[in-house]
This record gives sequence, structure tokens and C-alpha cells, in this order.
Amino acid sequence: MNILAGDPADIFRQEADELFVQLETALLDLETSPGDKETIASAFRALHTIKGSGAMFGFDALARFTHRVESVFDRVRNGEVPVTPALIGVTLTARDHMRQLIDAPGRVVPEVGAAILHDLDQVVSGQVDGGVRRLAAVAAPAPVALPPPPPEPVHGYRIDFALPANAFLLGSNPVAMIREMLEMGSGQVRCDASDVPGVDGLDPERCYLRWEIMLHTDQPVEAIEDVFLFIRNETQLTIEPLAELAVTPEVTPLPVEPESEAVEMAVPAVMVPEEPTVVPVTAGANRSASDSVIKVNSDRVNSLMNQVGELVIVQSRLKQMAHSGQDELSLVALRAVVEEMGRLVTELRETTKGIRMVPIGSLFSRFRRVVRDLSRELGKQVRLETKGEETELDKTMVESLNDPLVHLIRNAMDHGIESAGLRRSAGKPEEGVLLLTATHVGGQVLITVDDDGKGLNLARIRTKAEERGLLAPGVEIADGELAQLIFHPGFSTAQSVTGISGRGVGMDVVKRSIEALRGSVDVTSQPGVGCRVTLRLPLTLAIIDGLLLKVGEERYIVPLSNIDAIVELAEAERDAPSGEGNHFLFIRDELVPFLHLRDLFAVPGAPPEHEKVVIVVVGKRRIGLVVDQILGDHQTVIKSLSRLHADVRSFSGATILGDGRVALILEIDHLIEFGQQREERMRNLLDPFGKGGHEFHVR
Amino acid sequence: MAKTIMTVDDSSSVRQMVGMTLKGAGFTVVEAVDGADGLAKAKASALDMIITDLNMPNMDGIALITALRALPNYKFTPIVMLTTESQATRKQEGKTAGATGWIVKPFKPEQLLEVVKKVLG
Repeated sequence: MNILAGDPADIFRQEADELFVQLETALLDLETSPGDKETIASAFRALHTIKGSGAMFGFDALARFTHRVESVFDRVRNGEVPVTPALIGVTLTARDHMRQLIDAPGRVVPEVGAAILHDLDQVVSGQVDGGVRRLAAVAAPAPVALPPPPPEPVHGYRIDFALPANAFLLGSNPVAMIREMLEMGSGQVRCDASDVPGVDGLDPERCYLRWEIMLHTDQPVEAIEDVFLFIRNETQLTIEPLAELAVTPEVTPLPVEPESEAVEMAVPAVMVPEEPTVVPVTAGANRSASDSVIKVNSDRVNSLMNQVGELVIVQSRLKQMAHSGQDELSLVALRAVVEEMGRLVTELRETTKGIRMVPIGSLFSRFRRVVRDLSRELGKQVRLETKGEETELDKTMVESLNDPLVHLIRNAMDHGIESAGLRRSAGKPEEGVLLLTATHVGGQVLITVDDDGKGLNLARIRTKAEERGLLAPGVEIADGELAQLIFHPGFSTAQSVTGISGRGVGMDVVKRSIEALRGSVDVTSQPGVGCRVTLRLPLTLAIIDGLLLKVGEERYIVPLSNIDAIVELAEAERDAPSGEGNHFLFIRDELVPFLHLRDLFAVPGAPPEHEKVVIVVVGKRRIGLVVDQILGDHQTVIKSLSRLHADVRSFSGATILGDGRVALILEIDHLIEFGQQREERMRNLLDPFGKGGHEFHVR
Repeated sequence: MAKTIMTVDDSSSVRQMVGMTLKGAGFTVVEAVDGADGLAKAKASALDMIITDLNMPNMDGIALITALRALPNYKFTPIVMLTTESQATRKQEGKTAGATGWIVKPFKPEQLLEVVKKVLG
């Protein structure tokens, strides 16, 4: 019941989100297959529920507006109105308006809604033979149950009624009706059972009885009639004011038991609902309330319960061992418990992570509309294809991916995919294809945005990079690396870093938002063939598998997904004084630069005899980190650094180790970038660590 | 013992609203997402009352009512339909199928409880 704690309207808002997706998907599907009955029904149902549920939760303007659109789709469903691009267009606009009526009803201009409905009418009347316009506004139907009327003087009534013979088969309960009448005041009941046949002719499911009630009440006649609301037409009912009648003396109370047996036969049973359970999840304060609710498959909640149960058992075993009274604890037994607990915690972690996981398909489906609208705006034909919609990703991550992906899609459509004419002359199909894919790779999710356009213009990138001083003129650089420059903050011409409004600019914004999710972004391009942007993201944000490293007395964590290899540091390489000479290792025929963490973080103490190099990788870039010792893997619960450390870019967070120490989590991407910058600076014989080696990481 | 009421609706917010209202009034609530689900759950449990939407995928409300009435256990059980359609035809269809009564959406929790009281007694 904790969903009740918030605004009840949030329940509706969340459902509305899904309904809008359903509606939009159906409308976009109708563009390609306008006759599909199932799709039309789906659109109608979405509208129907938005209207119905909206009204239930007090969104009256929404209900009124949606009602008009629903009426049109009712006629579409009945084959009276054809599905045309114009109808789909205006309905999509209507959908956006409905959305506004929910999100910001205060800012909605009523004329906008009226204009949309006017357009809708135009579209419908233009399409229907003879221009019949039957879209009269229908007022919301009056609710059934009436509010209690003002107090009235007490009147006496004689109520005589016989229910229809099939009353029981309609689930009607005469006892309940009589009780309801008696609760209006006071009265006496007489049952006339004279029509009941002998046992031979008796149909036990038939109602043979007739009742007479003498009722004194302050309620009006309508209230009495209201008792028979559902079967008013079938019931023989007479209500007469009592004052005109002599009170019959033989009125007796009604024996109610036999009938109540027939009606109240069901035994209540407790059932576990198999529906997704709604679990509120704490989210950022600026997030709208509907975003903070996650639908979770009940299987996941069930296994969570099981695992917690097992954990409790293990805990009690541990407690028992601790209090067993024996001085010496069996180490073997203790280890068994620890092992068991380790397994459980891992399982628990996986299940808990699973609760926050949602398929990325919900995000992908939003882009259909983006692509549709944008291809019209740009006058290009673009088809969106998606793969791997079922790939699951942390819910908060899915939300944060929306803007960067929209940005990438806009870029691909604006600058990548060519106009139909150009495509034709290049021997490509006129319709461009934008492909979104999602896959799980190891502990990461890979999302790619592919277009079959003209690819990046590397020559222009080089010119621009040289103009902006990101690249020294004439420096040789691999095409792949040149392409990455589009993500450089200095490359962008965007004045603002906030929105996605600007087109073709601000790829650094994309990079930054992906990095904020501890992910990375990479671009590859083939001239004339297309361009691919790859996003790599961790599955979840809260807990990662890490490798625990030791340098002096300090502990550091590197995310396991970033680890490429671990090698011993050869003496010859080690002896090269830090800050000078070549800091490179040959790893699989490739030269990899490395950094001494000891120097970098100014850790006191002398290095041990045998140092290790942890080779970390982001995308295709690698760097070695020299440490004293590898302590092993570590389930790392990420704690963010305080605001005081917001500028520290070398660490993405911290974690607390078993012994209470704090270990810092290394921000690999930044270290790689730094290593490369340093490499360049070393070429110019500049040494940033001559003094105060820790300066660099507090920017 | 608390009576058990099943709410059948493809709208999760209506289900939750009905569910919370009924739970608040002390009833045990079973939720079903469409007619087929409702029928399966009705068979699997003993319900005292059913509140069903009419327009649903996978077996609509009318079909559900017809199917329930064919089951010996649900021959006499009160079944109330929820409808936004105030037209008499829809109501009549429901009644022919065996519905006890109807509630027109939108309704307030108190109005729902009033109807439940009316049919359950």
C-alpha cells in the first residue's frame, strides 16, 4: 500500500506514460499498415483508457479532450472513418497535447486543444462521404450512486416488489436490497412465498418470492427506486405513500436465511497477485514522481524474498556458532558459513540489480516518433530499425540515455544520411536506415547508433581541429583518433552545454553525459558507407565488480570491466626514473604507456621489489597502472564523493572495505586521457610531476 | 472472514484505485489484467464478487461475464461491470450476459463502495 503515500494521480501518470507509448506505437504502425484491425484496436484502447482512467483521477480536461479523439477512433474501428496520413498526423499532435494536459495542465492553452479538435473534425469530415459531422461533444456520464439528498420529513411507504425470475442468476441479492431499504429508516418486511411450487416442480435457481415492506424514511421515493437500480425494468415494483393506507396487522419480519445461503456461497481465499509489483525506488529529487516507480516482475521479488530468507538462516547459524560456548571455533565450519554467505550476497546483489533493470525497448520505441518527425522536417526518408530491445539496463540509466541518444539520432539524420537525390546518385536506396542496437557484452551494455549515410568528413574535422588548436598542423594521426575529436569539448561550436536543441553540435555533451554514467563513447566511420557511434555502459550504477589494488598503505579499486591484463613490471623498465624516459610496455605487440600510481598520487614509502602493472582499457585505448600489489577482486559498493571533491576527476567514487578502510575508485577514462596528454608533454620535455605530483587531479 | 473481490481491468491505475478502495474497506482483492486472466483467476480462487471493465484485450468484459456464469461456482456471484459507455445497449448486453449491475466511469471511491455494498449486502 505504500504507493498510496504519494499523490494518487502519480499512479495514473505512470500508466499514462505506457499508454502514450502504446498509442504512439500504434499510430506509427498504422502509417505503414493503415488497415490493421489489431493496431486500430490498440490505439482505441489506449485512448479509451486514457480517457476513463484520467477522469477517475481528476484529469477532467484530459478526459474531455481524449473523449473526442476516442470517438473518432471508435468510428475508425467500425470502418466509418479511414486511416489516412492526415488522421495519424493530427492524432499524434493530439497525443502530445494530452501529454501536456497531464504534465503541465496549468500551462496548456485551451485554444490549442480546440484547434487540434477542429483539425480532427476537418480531417474526419473531409474523409467521410457527405461530410457528416457527428462529433458532438458528449458530456461526461453522470455517476450512478447519488449523493445523499438534504434531510426531509419522514414519510411512510408501502413497497411491494417481485424480482425477475432470473434475479439470482444475475447475482442479485434480495436480502441486500431489503437491508438497504431498512437502513433508510425503520420498517417491517413480509415475504409472500405463495408462488413457490411443490418440490416436484421447484426450480431452485428461480426466484418465486414477493415482498412487501412498510418503510418509514426521510428519503425520497427515488432513493427507494435506486435500490432496484440494476434491475429496475425487470422488477415489478410499486411504491405507495403509507398515509393513504391502513397498516396491515399481520406484517411479520422476514426469514432471510434460506436466500442468503444461495447468494453467499463463495469462500474467500487469499491469492498472491501475479501482476508486476510496484516498488518505489528513491531517485534524484529533480526526477518526476512517475519516474521513480519501477514495475518489477513478481518472480524477481519472490527470489529476493527467498534469498533474504536464506540469509537470515545463515545469519542465525553464525550467531549460534558465536555463542556455542566453545572457546575454539571450528575454522572449517566458519569458512563454510562464510562461503555460503558470500554466495547468497552475490545472488542477492544480482537479484536486487535485476529489480532496477528494464528492457531498453521502451526507450527505443520513443525514437520512432523522433525519426518520423525529423525526417519530415529535414525532407529525408529515414527508416528506424532496432535490435536487442529486450536488453536490460538500469532504469535510471535508461532515463539518462534518452537525451544523448536523441542527440546522436539527430546528428546522424542531419549530417550523416544524405538527401534522397544524393543517395540515388551514390547508388544507395533512397530511404536511409538508422539502426539502433543494444547487446550485453560481459558486464557492460553496448548501444550502437548506425547510419548508412556519407560517413564523417575527416578532412573537415582535421581543418576544424587545427583551427581550434586541438591538433598541431601537419601532425600525423590515425583516422580513428581523428574521428574521436568530434567529442572534444573544444571542437564543438555550441555556446550552451545544456540542451539538445542545437543540431550537429555539442557531441561533447553526449560524451560527458555518457561518462557521467561511467560509460564511454566511440565513433567509427567509413566514407560513403556510414557512421557508427558506440556507447559502452555499465549494467548498473550502484555496485560493480572491482579489482582491489595496493600502493603503499593506500587501496584503490579499478572496475573489473576495464581490466585488460596484469603483468609484472620488468626491472629494466622500472629502473627508468619516473618522470623521464620512455614509460612504455610492449603488450601483445603494442606499445602501451604506463603511469606510476605511487608518483601520481604522491603515496609515501618506497616501492617493493616486484611491482605489478595493471593494463586497463577503455574502448581501444589502453594504459598501464603500476601498483605495489594486487589484492584480488572486490564487490564494490560505490559511494559518491562529497561535493567538496566534485572537481576531483581521477576518482569516480569511493568504497568501504571489510576492515573499514576507504578505497578510492579510479576513473580510468580520465587516467588514460591524462596518460596520453603526459606522453605528448613528455615529447616536449615537460614534466608535470617535477613538483607536487598530485596537482593534476584537482582541476 | 473478509470477502474476496476480483477487479478485472486492463488499466493498472483503475485496478489500483479499485483495489486500494476495497482493501481500505476490509475486502481481500484479487487483480486481473484482462478477461482471460480474470477467468483463470476466478477458477483458481473463490470470489465473492467481480468488478470487471468491458473494453479489454484478450476476452472482453461481456465474454468474461458469459464465461463466469457458465461456471457452477459463479452462477449467482455478483458481477458488476465498469463502463465509460453510458449507452443502454452496452449495459443491456452486459445484463443479458448475466451482469448484476454496472458502475459508470468516472466514479469516486465512495460510489464504488456504495455499489459493492448494494450488491454484497
